[in-house]
Amino acid sequence: MTTQVNSNENEMSSAAKALGKMVDAFTSIDVKDVIYPFLGIIIFLFIWNVSASRIDTSLGQFPGPKQVYQQSLSLIDEHNAEQVKKAAFYERQDKRNAKKAEKNPNAVIKVRKYTGKETFFDQIFTSLKTVLFGFFIASAIAIPLGIACGLSDAVYKGMNPLIQIFKPVSPLAWLPLITMVVSALYVTDDPYFEKSFLNSALTVALCCLWPTLINTAVGVANVDKDLLNVSRVIQLPALTHVRKIILPASIPMIFTGLRLSLATGWMVLIAAEMLSQNPGLGKFVWDEFQNGSSNSLSRIMVAVVVIGLIGFALDRLILMAQRFVSWDKQAILR
Amino acid sequence: MANKFLEISQVGIDFPTNNGVYTALNDVNFSIEKGEFVSIIGHSGCGKSTVLNIIAGLYQATSGGVILEGKEVNEPGPDRAVVFQSHALMPWLSVFDNVALGVEKVFKGKKSRAEIKSWIEHNLELVKMDHAMHKMPHEISGGMKQRVGIARCLAMQPKVMLMDEPFGALDALTRANLQDSVMEIQKELNTTVVLITHDVDEAVLMSDKIVMMSNGPAAKVGELLSIDLPRPRERVALSKNEQFNFYRQQVLSFLYEKKGVVNFSVAKQENNNRARKTNEPITEEAV
Repeated sequence: MTTQVNSNENEMSSAAKALGKMVDAFTSIDVKDVIYPFLGIIIFLFIWNVSASRIDTSLGQFPGPKQVYQQSLSLIDEHNAEQVKKAAFYERQDKRNAKKAEKNPNAVIKVRKYTGKETFFDQIFTSLKTVLFGFFIASAIAIPLGIACGLSDAVYKGMNPLIQIFKPVSPLAWLPLITMVVSALYVTDDPYFEKSFLNSALTVALCCLWPTLINTAVGVANVDKDLLNVSRVIQLPALTHVRKIILPASIPMIFTGLRLSLATGWMVLIAAEMLSQNPGLGKFVWDEFQNGSSNSLSRIMVAVVVIGLIGFALDRLILMAQRFVSWDKQAILR
Repeated sequence: MANKFLEISQVGIDFPTNNGVYTALNDVNFSIEKGEFVSIIGHSGCGKSTVLNIIAGLYQATSGGVILEGKEVNEPGPDRAVVFQSHALMPWLSVFDNVALGVEKVFKGKKSRAEIKSWIEHNLELVKMDHAMHKMPHEISGGMKQRVGIARCLAMQPKVMLMDEPFGALDALTRANLQDSVMEIQKELNTTVVLITHDVDEAVLMSDKIVMMSNGPAAKVGELLSIDLPRPRERVALSKNEQFNFYRQQVLSFLYEKKGVVNFSVAKQENNNRARKTNEPITEEAV
């Protein structure tokens, strides 16, 4: 009997504890963490609104928050309309093909891709694909090279002038060269990648190589000397040494480099897409600018906000990856 | 000469600095028997850690050399495993994996997986850390980390265990505990130990022989003192022991009355002859 009562009491108390925890979790959200950012945004929107109404351009008044919001809705509508068209196209094609197959089973049936206009969301997707492709190429080169630079003074001294010279080069200077090289070397009848995609991605890769390379080299060179001595005493083979000592020790610096690289890459991408006509956000901005309708500026402003939000999201993504990979779960990551 | 276990022979080392070459050690000579517990004591900056690093092979002596069982030491290796003052555990590896790092390299192909596992566990038991086997280094205290450091060293079955001020960063009680543990283990395994310390009591309590080093630059061995006290040694009982206090007084007198300086004028002269910067002030830093 007494045990019964006890267990009941225990249940009660555990329920109360759980409730208490929930309340704690709720109250532990600092009100200032919510209110100040919110206030900041409100003030920004106000200033934007007031100053936009005073700027008249040849394409009409500079868009305020309201017009930008409307255009973002209309971009969504356009996307949905295009999706409907696309579905209808494939349905028609399927029917036609079915009929053809019925008439003549040996007929060659071609499935053609829908070639309608890319919508804003298609362009976002293209941009993401391009930047990630370039970023992965860059990381695959920069991390091993950075480790080599950090481990060997000779490699570092050999690489350093090249790094310092190529690091500040603008993507716009690389682009014509890359375009010509890609056209010369990437010659296939059935290209897997569009040339414009490769041009943009390679430009991104060339520009976002450096932060990862430099940070990896610094991280590797600064591994605690005692830990290196332990490895020397144990006589760990070179590869094990890198895998078990060097890599884990320099993970924070490598990720700092990766974050800087991806941010650079995302900035570079927009410029590269404008010039290489890769159907992403850069091309969207360029086309709207060339188009010059009264809505163009609002639509470009939508792109600006979206570019910013995606850049932010990409940074958080790498931060999440770092949390997942890093051994130091206590580290405060910003 | 040739049949000594570990021979430190005429070791000297120069470091390049901005003010020219700095001779840290000059003509350091001593030898160690198998199973002997030797402490190297001296004022800070006298180069005692440098001696250890040369034995470990982490530094290369400029002149002279170290001979272990008839072979010259030229590079670091697991037969001369080091216990570092900063414990130097990999923060991303668990206690078990830290010890495993060395064991897997040393016993690769000689022991099966199961044998390696039980060997690691055995060594952690030896330092009384088997209960925290799967903890991460940041979850255990400083003294415990140092125990793991010692286990990592022992598990490689070194010919000589090199300890670089291993108790320096610990509080007095933890230090005493760990000293007792090390003495126990050393007696059980008959390991040869070289201990770098600046603690007089620690040196007298633990050692069979104390190597007292003169101050740098161009530091050398000042005096050797054999400690002839029966083992096991009890710190409380020894504190009243006349013999113990005599040894203690000997070391203190070397360090403070002679200020760790033996033939300082000679050393100075030698250094001047080589046209090198000398007159490094004698440090009065607390021991």
